[in-house]
Amino acid sequence: MRAALAIAAAVALAVLAVGCGEKTAVTVYKQGQYQGKPDKLPWDNNQFKGDKVAWEKAIKARNLNQSESFRASGGWVDR
Amino acid sequence: MARMKFLCDAERCIECNGCVTACKNENEVPWGVNRRRVVTLNDGVPGERSISVACMHCSDAPCMAVCPVDCFYKTNEGVVLHDKDLCIGCGYCFYACPFGAPQFPQDGAFGLRGKMDKCTFCAGGPEPDFSAAEFRKYGRNRLAEGKLPACAEMCSTKALLGGDADVIADIYRDRVLKRGKGSEVWGWGTAYGKPERQPTPQPGAKS
Repeated sequence: MRAALAIAAAVALAVLAVGCGEKTAVTVYKQGQYQGKPDKLPWDNNQFKGDKVAWEKAIKARNLNQSESFRASGGWVDR
Repeated sequence: MARMKFLCDAERCIECNGCVTACKNENEVPWGVNRRRVVTLNDGVPGERSISVACMHCSDAPCMAVCPVDCFYKTNEGVVLHDKDLCIGCGYCFYACPFGAPQFPQDGAFGLRGKMDKCTFCAGGPEPDFSAAEFRKYGRNRLAEGKLPACAEMCSTKALLGGDADVIADIYRDRVLKRGKGSEVWGWGTAYGKPERQPTPQPGAKS
Protein backbone atom coordinates (compact mmCIF):
# COMPACT_ATOMS: atom_id res chain seq x y z
CA MET A 1 0.00 0.00 0.00
CA ARG A 2 2.79 2.39 0.96
CA ALA A 3 4.66 1.55 -2.21
CA ALA A 4 1.59 2.33 -4.31
CA LEU A 5 1.13 5.63 -2.49
CA ALA A 6 4.77 6.51 -3.02
CA ILE A 7 4.49 5.76 -6.73
CA ALA A 8 1.29 7.80 -6.99
CA ALA A 9 2.94 10.70 -5.18
CA ALA A 10 5.96 10.52 -7.46
CA VAL A 11 3.74 10.53 -10.54
CA ALA A 12 1.70 13.44 -9.16
CA LEU A 13 4.88 15.38 -8.46
CA ALA A 14 6.16 14.69 -11.98
CA VAL A 15 2.86 15.87 -13.49
CA LEU A 16 2.93 19.01 -11.36
CA ALA A 17 6.56 19.65 -12.31
CA VAL A 18 5.59 19.59 -16.00
CA GLY A 19 3.20 22.41 -15.28
CA CYS A 20 6.04 24.45 -13.78
CA GLY A 21 7.93 24.30 -17.07
CA GLU A 22 5.03 25.71 -19.07
CA LYS A 23 5.68 29.08 -20.60
CA THR A 24 3.03 31.73 -20.53
CA ALA A 25 0.97 31.73 -23.70
CA VAL A 26 -0.30 35.24 -23.19
CA THR A 27 1.79 38.09 -24.56
CA VAL A 28 1.66 41.29 -22.60
CA TYR A 29 1.29 44.10 -25.09
CA LYS A 30 2.37 47.64 -24.54
CA GLN A 31 -0.11 49.74 -26.44
CA GLY A 32 1.33 51.64 -29.39
CA GLN A 33 4.80 50.12 -29.25
CA TYR A 34 6.27 47.58 -31.60
CA GLN A 35 6.28 44.24 -29.89
CA GLY A 36 8.18 42.12 -32.38
CA LYS A 37 11.76 41.15 -32.92
CA PRO A 38 14.31 43.91 -33.57
CA ASP A 39 15.54 44.37 -37.12
CA LYS A 40 19.06 45.23 -38.14
CA LEU A 41 20.18 48.20 -40.16
CA PRO A 42 20.52 47.53 -43.91
CA TRP A 43 24.26 48.22 -43.89
CA ASP A 44 24.85 46.09 -40.83
CA ASN A 45 25.64 42.85 -42.67
CA ASN A 46 28.47 40.91 -44.28
CA GLN A 47 28.22 42.82 -47.53
CA PHE A 48 28.62 46.37 -46.20
CA LYS A 49 30.17 45.48 -42.85
CA GLY A 50 28.55 48.42 -41.09
CA ASP A 51 29.74 50.96 -43.66
CA LYS A 52 26.74 53.28 -43.86
CA VAL A 53 28.42 55.64 -46.33
CA ALA A 54 29.09 52.81 -48.79
CA TRP A 55 25.48 51.66 -48.52
CA GLU A 56 24.11 55.17 -49.08
CA LYS A 57 26.42 55.57 -52.09
CA ALA A 58 25.16 52.32 -53.59
CA ILE A 59 21.52 53.28 -53.05
CA LYS A 60 22.06 56.77 -54.47
CA ALA A 61 23.68 55.34 -57.59
CA ARG A 62 20.69 53.06 -58.13
CA ASN A 63 18.33 55.96 -57.44
CA LEU A 64 19.92 58.20 -60.03
CA ASN A 65 20.15 55.45 -62.63
CA GLN A 66 16.36 55.53 -62.84
CA SER A 67 16.61 58.88 -64.64
CA GLU A 68 17.14 58.77 -68.41
CA SER A 69 18.52 62.30 -68.37
CA PHE A 70 21.12 61.26 -65.87
CA ARG A 71 22.11 58.16 -67.83
CA ALA A 72 22.14 59.99 -71.17
CA SER A 73 24.38 62.70 -69.78
CA GLY A 74 27.02 60.10 -69.07
CA GLY A 75 26.24 59.88 -65.43
CA TRP A 76 25.61 56.13 -65.50
CA VAL A 77 26.93 54.58 -62.34
CA ASP A 78 27.60 50.89 -62.69
CA ARG A 79 28.11 48.77 -59.62
CA MET B 1 18.31 59.86 -44.01
CA ALA B 2 16.52 58.51 -47.02
CA ARG B 3 12.75 58.24 -46.95
CA MET B 4 11.97 55.36 -49.24
CA LYS B 5 8.90 55.87 -51.42
CA PHE B 6 7.33 54.63 -54.64
CA LEU B 7 6.13 56.97 -57.37
CA CYS B 8 4.23 55.76 -60.43
CA ASP B 9 4.02 57.90 -63.54
CA ALA B 10 0.58 57.27 -65.07
CA GLU B 11 1.67 58.77 -68.39
CA ARG B 12 4.36 56.14 -68.78
CA CYS B 13 2.78 53.00 -67.35
CA ILE B 14 1.82 50.66 -70.20
CA GLU B 15 0.12 48.03 -68.00
CA CYS B 16 2.70 45.40 -68.85
CA ASN B 17 2.57 43.95 -65.32
CA GLY B 18 6.34 43.56 -65.36
CA CYS B 19 6.49 44.99 -61.84
CA VAL B 20 3.97 42.43 -60.60
CA THR B 21 5.94 39.60 -62.18
CA ALA B 22 9.26 40.92 -60.88
CA CYS B 23 7.85 41.11 -57.35
CA LYS B 24 6.35 37.62 -57.46
CA ASN B 25 9.56 36.17 -58.85
CA GLU B 26 11.98 38.02 -56.60
CA ASN B 27 10.17 37.26 -53.37
CA GLU B 28 8.59 33.93 -54.34
CA VAL B 29 5.21 35.25 -53.26
CA PRO B 30 2.67 32.45 -52.74
CA TRP B 31 -0.25 31.76 -55.04
CA GLY B 32 -3.19 34.07 -54.40
CA VAL B 33 -1.08 36.89 -52.96
CA ASN B 34 -0.15 39.94 -55.00
CA ARG B 35 2.02 42.39 -53.17
CA ARG B 36 1.86 44.65 -56.21
CA ARG B 37 -0.78 45.05 -58.91
CA VAL B 38 -1.52 47.34 -61.82
CA VAL B 39 -4.78 49.29 -61.70
CA THR B 40 -6.24 50.72 -64.90
CA LEU B 41 -8.80 53.49 -64.98
CA ASN B 42 -11.13 53.92 -67.96
CA ASP B 43 -9.88 50.69 -69.48
CA GLY B 44 -10.34 50.61 -73.25
CA VAL B 45 -11.41 54.23 -73.43
CA PRO B 46 -9.09 56.75 -75.11
CA GLY B 47 -7.09 58.39 -72.38
CA GLU B 48 -7.01 55.35 -70.09
CA ARG B 49 -4.42 55.45 -67.37
CA SER B 50 -2.65 52.71 -65.44
CA ILE B 51 -0.71 52.86 -62.22
CA SER B 52 1.19 50.25 -60.30
CA VAL B 53 0.03 50.01 -56.69
CA ALA B 54 1.54 48.34 -53.64
CA CYS B 55 2.24 49.37 -50.07
CA MET B 56 3.09 53.07 -50.21
CA HIS B 57 5.05 52.93 -46.94
CA CYS B 58 2.98 55.78 -45.52
CA SER B 59 4.64 58.30 -43.24
CA ASP B 60 1.68 57.96 -40.86
CA ALA B 61 0.63 54.44 -41.70
CA PRO B 62 -2.97 53.55 -40.75
CA CYS B 63 -2.10 49.84 -40.63
CA MET B 64 0.31 50.56 -37.80
CA ALA B 65 -2.35 52.54 -35.98
CA VAL B 66 -5.02 49.85 -36.07
CA CYS B 67 -2.92 46.73 -35.46
CA PRO B 68 -4.17 45.24 -32.17
CA VAL B 69 -0.92 43.36 -31.54
CA ASP B 70 1.44 46.15 -32.67
CA CYS B 71 3.36 43.98 -35.08
CA PHE B 72 4.28 46.88 -37.40
CA TYR B 73 7.43 48.95 -37.26
CA LYS B 74 9.03 51.59 -39.42
CA THR B 75 12.71 51.41 -40.29
CA ASN B 76 15.06 54.40 -40.29
CA GLU B 77 14.63 54.52 -44.06
CA GLY B 78 10.87 54.97 -43.73
CA VAL B 79 9.93 51.44 -44.79
CA VAL B 80 6.87 50.00 -43.04
CA LEU B 81 7.49 46.38 -42.08
CA HIS B 82 5.85 43.86 -39.78
CA ASP B 83 6.68 40.82 -37.72
CA LYS B 84 4.83 37.77 -39.02
CA ASP B 85 5.48 35.88 -35.80
CA LEU B 86 3.24 38.35 -33.99
CA CYS B 87 0.57 38.86 -36.67
CA ILE B 88 -2.73 37.18 -35.81
CA GLY B 89 -4.25 37.63 -39.28
CA CYS B 90 -7.20 39.67 -38.00
CA GLY B 91 -7.42 41.78 -41.17
CA TYR B 92 -7.77 45.17 -39.51
CA CYS B 93 -4.83 46.48 -41.51
CA PHE B 94 -6.56 45.45 -44.72
CA TYR B 95 -9.61 47.54 -43.86
CA ALA B 96 -7.46 50.48 -42.74
CA CYS B 97 -5.18 50.57 -45.78
CA PRO B 98 -6.43 52.92 -48.54
CA PHE B 99 -4.36 51.02 -51.14
CA GLY B 100 -5.42 47.46 -50.33
CA ALA B 101 -1.79 46.56 -49.73
CA PRO B 102 -2.11 43.92 -46.98
CA GLN B 103 -2.72 40.49 -48.43
CA PHE B 104 -3.80 37.31 -46.66
CA PRO B 105 -2.74 33.94 -48.01
CA GLN B 106 -5.09 31.02 -47.58
CA ASP B 107 -3.57 28.81 -44.94
CA GLY B 108 -4.34 25.40 -43.48
CA ALA B 109 -6.69 22.62 -44.50
CA PHE B 110 -9.81 24.78 -44.62
CA GLY B 111 -8.30 27.78 -46.37
CA LEU B 112 -8.22 29.92 -43.28
CA ARG B 113 -6.85 33.42 -43.43
CA GLY B 114 -3.11 33.28 -42.82
CA LYS B 115 -0.71 35.88 -41.58
CA MET B 116 -0.63 39.18 -43.39
CA ASP B 117 1.78 39.59 -46.28
CA LYS B 118 2.64 42.84 -47.99
CA CYS B 119 5.28 44.71 -49.96
CA THR B 120 8.45 45.07 -47.89
CA PHE B 121 10.17 47.50 -50.28
CA CYS B 122 12.42 44.47 -50.80
CA ALA B 123 13.79 45.11 -47.31
CA GLY B 124 13.11 41.70 -45.75
CA GLY B 125 11.90 41.70 -42.18
CA PRO B 126 12.90 41.18 -38.55
CA GLU B 127 15.06 38.12 -39.16
CA PRO B 128 18.82 37.92 -39.75
CA ASP B 129 19.73 39.47 -43.10
CA PHE B 130 19.92 37.03 -46.03
CA SER B 131 18.77 34.13 -43.82
CA ALA B 132 16.45 31.37 -45.03
CA ALA B 133 13.85 32.40 -42.45
CA GLU B 134 13.83 35.97 -43.73
CA PHE B 135 13.39 34.87 -47.32
CA ARG B 136 10.64 32.40 -46.46
CA LYS B 137 8.61 34.88 -44.42
CA TYR B 138 9.30 38.20 -46.10
CA GLY B 139 11.16 37.64 -49.35
CA ARG B 140 14.47 38.91 -50.55
CA ASN B 141 16.32 41.71 -48.76
CA ARG B 142 17.58 43.75 -51.71
CA LEU B 143 17.92 46.91 -49.67
CA ALA B 144 20.60 45.26 -47.54
CA GLU B 145 22.36 44.37 -50.79
CA GLY B 146 22.46 48.05 -51.71
CA LYS B 147 19.72 47.63 -54.32
CA LEU B 148 16.28 49.12 -54.84
CA PRO B 149 13.02 47.12 -55.07
CA ALA B 150 12.90 44.71 -58.00
CA CYS B 151 9.61 46.16 -59.34
CA ALA B 152 11.07 49.64 -59.80
CA GLU B 153 14.37 48.46 -61.17
CA MET B 154 12.64 46.11 -63.63
CA CYS B 155 10.17 48.68 -64.94
CA SER B 156 10.90 48.93 -68.66
CA THR B 157 9.44 52.41 -69.17
CA LYS B 158 10.65 53.63 -65.79
CA ALA B 159 7.08 54.56 -64.96
CA LEU B 160 7.56 53.11 -61.50
CA LEU B 161 10.23 54.89 -59.55
CA GLY B 162 11.36 53.68 -56.15
CA GLY B 163 13.91 54.97 -53.71
CA ASP B 164 14.77 58.10 -51.80
CA ALA B 165 11.74 60.37 -52.01
CA ASP B 166 13.76 63.50 -52.73
CA VAL B 167 15.66 61.91 -55.60
CA ILE B 168 12.70 60.28 -57.32
CA ALA B 169 10.62 63.44 -56.91
CA ASP B 170 13.40 65.35 -58.70
CA ILE B 171 13.49 62.75 -61.49
CA TYR B 172 9.72 63.00 -61.93
CA ARG B 173 9.72 66.80 -61.85
CA ASP B 174 12.47 66.97 -64.47
CA ARG B 175 10.59 64.49 -66.65
CA VAL B 176 7.29 66.35 -66.47
CA LEU B 177 8.92 69.68 -67.32
CA LYS B 178 10.70 68.21 -70.34
CA ARG B 179 7.86 66.26 -71.89
CA GLY B 180 5.35 69.09 -71.93
CA LYS B 181 1.65 68.44 -71.93
CA GLY B 182 -1.22 67.46 -74.20
CA SER B 183 -0.35 65.65 -77.43
CA GLU B 184 3.36 66.24 -76.85
CA VAL B 185 3.25 63.66 -74.10
CA TRP B 186 2.15 60.77 -76.27
CA GLY B 187 4.08 61.67 -79.37
CA TRP B 188 1.72 63.24 -81.91
CA GLY B 189 4.20 66.00 -82.54
CA THR B 190 7.03 63.49 -82.93
CA ALA B 191 5.09 61.33 -85.38
CA TYR B 192 3.39 63.96 -87.54
CA GLY B 193 5.23 67.17 -86.75
CA LYS B 194 3.74 70.31 -85.43
CA PRO B 195 1.03 72.01 -87.54
CA GLU B 196 2.48 74.71 -89.71
CA ARG B 197 1.65 78.13 -88.51
CA GLN B 198 -0.46 80.08 -90.98
CA PRO B 199 1.10 83.44 -91.88
CA THR B 200 -0.86 86.22 -90.31
CA PRO B 201 -2.34 88.48 -93.01
CA GLN B 202 -0.77 91.91 -93.10
CA PRO B 203 -3.16 94.84 -93.03
CA GLY B 204 -3.62 96.31 -96.50
CA ALA B 205 -2.00 93.37 -98.28
CA LYS B 206 -3.79 91.85 -101.29
CA SER B 207 -4.92 88.33 -100.75
